[in-house]
Amino acid sequence: MAYVAVKGGERAIDNAHAWLAEERRGDVAVPELGIDQISGQLGRAVDRAMGEGSLYDRDLAALAIKQAQGDLIEAAFLLRAYRTTLPRFAHSLPVETAGMTVKRRISAVFKDLPGGQLLGPTYDYTHRLLDFTLTAAGAAPPAVPEQVATDAAGEMPRVHDILGHEGLMEADLPSDSVPGDLTREPLSFPAPRDVRLQALARGDEGFLLALGYSTQRGWGGTHPFAGEIRAGAVSVEIEPAELGFAIDIGDIELTECQMVNQFKGSKIVPPQFTRGYGLVFGASERKAMSMALVDRAMRAEELGEDVVAPAQNVEFVLYHSDNIEATGFVEHLKLPHYVDFQSELETVRRMRAEVEAGTQPAEAAE
Amino acid sequence: MNDESLLSARGLSLHFGAIPALVDVDVDLWPGEVLAIVGESGSGKTTLLNVLSGRMAADAGVVWYRDPAGRLVDVHAMPAPALRTLHRSDWGFVHQNPRDNLRMAVSAGGNVGERLMAQGARHYANIRAEAMRWLEEVEIDADRIDDLPRTFSGGMLQRLQIARTLVTHPRLVFMDEPTGGLDVSVQARLLDLIRSLVARFSIAVVLVTHDIAVARLLAQRIVVMQRGRVVETGLTDQVLDDPQHPYTQLLVSSVLQA
Amino acid sequence: MSARMQGYNFAYLDEQTKRMIRRALLKAVAIPGHQVPFGSREMPLPYGWGTGGIQVTASVLGANDVLKVIDQGADDTTNAVSIRRFFARTAGVATTTHTDAATVIQTRHRIPEKQLREDQIIVYQVPQPEPLFRLEPSRAETRRMHGLSDYGLMHVKLYEDIARFGQVSISYDYPVMVNHRYLMSPSPIPSFDNPKMHMMPALQLFGAGREKRIYAIPPYTDVRSLDFDDHPFRATRAPHACGLCGATDSYLDEVVTDDRGGRLFVCSDTDHCTERRETGCVGAEGVPEAAE
Repeated sequence: MAYVAVKGGERAIDNAHAWLAEERRGDVAVPELGIDQISGQLGRAVDRAMGEGSLYDRDLAALAIKQAQGDLIEAAFLLRAYRTTLPRFAHSLPVETAGMTVKRRISAVFKDLPGGQLLGPTYDYTHRLLDFTLTAAGAAPPAVPEQVATDAAGEMPRVHDILGHEGLMEADLPSDSVPGDLTREPLSFPAPRDVRLQALARGDEGFLLALGYSTQRGWGGTHPFAGEIRAGAVSVEIEPAELGFAIDIGDIELTECQMVNQFKGSKIVPPQFTRGYGLVFGASERKAMSMALVDRAMRAEELGEDVVAPAQNVEFVLYHSDNIEATGFVEHLKLPHYVDFQSELETVRRMRAEVEAGTQPAEAAE
Repeated sequence: MNDESLLSARGLSLHFGAIPALVDVDVDLWPGEVLAIVGESGSGKTTLLNVLSGRMAADAGVVWYRDPAGRLVDVHAMPAPALRTLHRSDWGFVHQNPRDNLRMAVSAGGNVGERLMAQGARHYANIRAEAMRWLEEVEIDADRIDDLPRTFSGGMLQRLQIARTLVTHPRLVFMDEPTGGLDVSVQARLLDLIRSLVARFSIAVVLVTHDIAVARLLAQRIVVMQRGRVVETGLTDQVLDDPQHPYTQLLVSSVLQA
Repeated sequence: MSARMQGYNFAYLDEQTKRMIRRALLKAVAIPGHQVPFGSREMPLPYGWGTGGIQVTASVLGANDVLKVIDQGADDTTNAVSIRRFFARTAGVATTTHTDAATVIQTRHRIPEKQLREDQIIVYQVPQPEPLFRLEPSRAETRRMHGLSDYGLMHVKLYEDIARFGQVSISYDYPVMVNHRYLMSPSPIPSFDNPKMHMMPALQLFGAGREKRIYAIPPYTDVRSLDFDDHPFRATRAPHACGLCGATDSYLDEVVTDDRGGRLFVCSDTDHCTERRETGCVGAEGVPEAAE
């Protein structure tokens, strides 16, 4: 028998791509999805792809979701790979969430507070019953909501600032240092908080959710209260060097979560509340909250707490939160490993042969 | 530094916030001598051990060590690699909890052999023979050499830690409550073993203990600490039989009453 | 030169990024075996599939280079095809399957059988650059261990293997000491290939994209596989001859030919095997090349 090695990798790849395209399109009798439909009607998916893809562009995110057949990690990957090719014109100034045009603003720690509570568009109090009226295409448009976005400037102070006036909240000192950028410089330890927050903002929602949840179940408890969650639009400004003043380049939608965490104080610091912070693109509230929990958990060492739980282990969290890295490495296991496997086969065969031949050291026989 | 002393500290001070952990502490240790540092918890004795061994920096003061070539080295001015080499060859550290030092997923032989390999030993059979010899020295059956430490009792774990530490023949060993957490009968056997090993191999020991009886049994000299200060020092028998400082008197009397 | 894709820079990466990577490479060459952190970019291929190797290749590739890409020793495996295509499209460079003809060889899991030359560069794809990671998961700690040359732990692992199995059980990604100083992962090549790294005339570059590390072995550098004096390192291979070309000194893949235990052993280096057959070598299961 003559053996011929398998050839034709190129053709196989081309065929796979063609098949994938066909499957993506699905039944051609059904109208094709438009990018505007995805960005307009699958907003939460778009938000997640933008957040984990680290690129704020609703249309590109919608395109990525379409191209990835709704696989949001794949969509985030497409956005990341595109993002990395873009030139950098400028860095924005820090966005001012106190001046947010608020769609939603709630606090779990005060019944009422300046600016009030604003429920906004949320699934929180929906009953999770499938709404079969949505299956009918062309249903009447929903009624216009009564409440409209509120311009927060000046009338909706952040809860943390309210607590801060009494000295009950740790100070959040402004810093002129240039924040790190994980997309340019590799992670190193100890990782400062700005880099940790960047990693969390890019991190996988499911991973952060599970870690944040674990802190609530005793794996690194932080006694959190949802001090404030606000979502809405903020303006992004840049300050071109040649101008010398800031210019507004547009609005982005953000969700911000400030957790209030108990802190017993230490030898040098009196008891006070500490912060956990979450900020994400769009309406990804679950992720913003998880991020705030994990951010606070990772401050354990800084605050003199014992580092015992996964969420408190900065190295563990930062090295495993990125789903693009994780999915690549998990899925690379399907690449051929037959050379490695062959060497393992030979080793196991050799060791078995030696055991059978009785050449093993006596003490190894268990 | 005294001409003959192996380790000398002068003027060590260290504060944690407002709390004084060490206040102007002087210590001398001679070759082959066992020096006990005693005091209640919070007296600064473990901090002193950590500062003497270079594991923790002091705010002020200096620690001198006389290396095997007879040169004096400033422990806290040493480059990290040199200090690390010292710690894995000429020095040893025995922790109260052997699990802090042992590799629980590595066999007893591997645990004992590690320091030899870190020093460059590359002959498997020799490393194994030396590990076996040291297991016997600490009264662990040689046929346990391939067993994992998790199958060992508390006393055996502590003896394994001692074998792992002494295998490179250190001249100076730091011990932090080496018999703490063990049953009284196990303690007695371990103390006997430590006493005979340090005598046979003339190892100098800085021993931290809260137990006056342990100090009396092992140490030639004693340092009594209270709130970060050395309140009394001298020959063990002298200090314990005729304590001068009220705090030492209190410590000794509390043992007698107990 | 084949047609190059429009809209992207030569070899995909922008020149600033390439410069950053080249700087990391220079540092890596200057400190053989030391892992240099670098600002690894998001690539259009998944992490774990060669993003580090691709970035290194992209940074050293010139218009006149001839590129060979292998995976498991073979030029025709899908990932090798995909990466070769990537560079054919983005750099328009000539590609080859002949080890001899290549100036840059990107590889996953093998070193070609043929001795490489001074005018060649071999780029290894590295999934996990840290040789100590199975023994010590914290990279902050392993970094310290490298800094202090504190490698006793690695020998403990070898000691444990010999105590338990009578021999070292590591069969691939077998750790090496580079230039008597740094412990290094050779990438998951079979230990059979380790001796080829020692005093290799070609420049050896290693890229780990996900872990954001680059390292290198300059030409003619001492590279030793870890061992004990009385248990010296052994490079092992399947005790067979290649079924196609009859080679008895090459690394072999085992091909399952039926479900009744039928096995065929063939060279993993497809170019090596083909070349041998072209010069008339025939194995037990092969057909003479001249018959075509």
